[in-house]
Amino acid sequence: MIRLSRRRLIGSLGAGAGGLLLSGCDKINSSPAVQSLLGLGEKATFRAQRIVSDRAALAPEYTASDMSPFFRTNGNRDPGTPEYDTHVANGFADWQLAVDGLVANPLSLSLAQIRSLPRRTQITRHDCVEGWSAIGQWTGLPLGMLLKQAGLRSAARYVVFHCADLSRGVPYYESIDLIDAFHPQTILAWGMNGQTLDVGHGAPLRLRVERQLGYKQAKYVMRVEAVASLAGIGGGKGGYWEDVVGYQWYAGI
Amino acid sequence: MDERETPRGGDTVYRHRLPVRLWHWANALAVFVMLMSGLMIFNAHPHLYWGQYGANYDHSWLDITPGHLRIGPLTIPTPHLLGVQSGGRTVAFPPWATIPTHYDLAGARQWHFAFAWLLVVPGLCFLLWGLVRRHFWRDLAPGREELTPRHLWHDISDHARLRFPTGEAARRYNILQKIAYGMVIFVLLPGVVLTGLTMSPGMDAAWPWLLHLFGGRPSARSIHFLCAMGLAAFILIHLLMVVLAGPINEVRSMITGRYRLPREKAE
Repeated sequence: MIRLSRRRLIGSLGAGAGGLLLSGCDKINSSPAVQSLLGLGEKATFRAQRIVSDRAALAPEYTASDMSPFFRTNGNRDPGTPEYDTHVANGFADWQLAVDGLVANPLSLSLAQIRSLPRRTQITRHDCVEGWSAIGQWTGLPLGMLLKQAGLRSAARYVVFHCADLSRGVPYYESIDLIDAFHPQTILAWGMNGQTLDVGHGAPLRLRVERQLGYKQAKYVMRVEAVASLAGIGGGKGGYWEDVVGYQWYAGI
Repeated sequence: MDERETPRGGDTVYRHRLPVRLWHWANALAVFVMLMSGLMIFNAHPHLYWGQYGANYDHSWLDITPGHLRIGPLTIPTPHLLGVQSGGRTVAFPPWATIPTHYDLAGARQWHFAFAWLLVVPGLCFLLWGLVRRHFWRDLAPGREELTPRHLWHDISDHARLRFPTGEAARRYNILQKIAYGMVIFVLLPGVVLTGLTMSPGMDAAWPWLLHLFGGRPSARSIHFLCAMGLAAFILIHLLMVVLAGPINEVRSMITGRYRLPREKAE
């Protein structure tokens, strides 16, 4: 006969009850009904934010004295593919940005061409979904200007960014809707803190969509594609992290 | 109750009106889920800062590291409680305290922002009702006499000795209850909601005054955490008081509204 001391008995009963409670919680969390209810909340939040926000409401802009002394890098810090390394080696001289999809005039632009187009410089706050914030200065081409030049077709609803960096073997991708695409602060940045954008922060071109969280700020942008639906992009949720871990596509909160 | 003017110990009185009861339970569920999913969100970056920016290389005022909690210059060992091993990684708050149980920032955000609606919508309705129907004036506003140091001290020492009001005196909230409920309704809950909104980059664009109010997003995140801890502390004391004051009578009164006044001690 196994003899249990009272303390061990109470301890294991406690641990058992705790374990049962935790697995019960996991069951509730993985129930499709619960998840679809939570999805309703997500939709309500997106709608509510859009209702209270003016389309052109600007994200707060800061002064040089507010800037983070050191702007950390995160996510992929270097695509490291042979093609990308070649571009880095020759200073992105042969690099081209493709603008295609539902546009009247597909474009292919060199970095020099992009830098010669009108620019916007803004000191803004970068908010990671994990909770940290960093303030930096970004200079780049307003995305709306580029889309007008390419002639967006009326069927286009979203803009997708295809990137050079691979995560788990998949090129990073992100998407935004046209409200954010034509927002005055939405730029394809080629400069940061007064310097040419470095590899760690997304050289040669990085999206800044200032009213949303960090994972929307796609780095190493190679191609801008206008689409009618996100269904055919990756897993269909509109972005790498959205597809892989379920981050919310609308990252304004 | 019969014809007597003032009820006595043992009498059943109607104590909590329906809106109070409805809000209490909706809010209890909302706060429970918000606290636990919030702890999971905190686990994604267990550091707190003051100011306009704050990331790993900046000065933090609170960190949870493996087995330790640091607040300013103070480092407290927290084995098996904070900074524990779970699923092959160190998590600041342990699985039993978080929703979901295992590290899942996306899932926690989904819970947090859905239940935020259950916190805010009934909360606003309750606030409006309390103002219009004068619930806050009638039942929560402290009387001048109640705020005298003598009265406050008397109530504190009675509570410390677990001597709770009986008879007619138990019909109304005592001054410590009024202060505690007032703090929750007018400071902690509006505080978590407003600082929560301040952490949203979309809301900062829509309502820039939020950032001015709290002095930056990292500050708002710190205040959000402190308000949440304040709510957690309130819940602990609140539940303890319910148990000490007679859990069946107390819980029943919050369900049916009817409360049996505790009998006066035989003198």
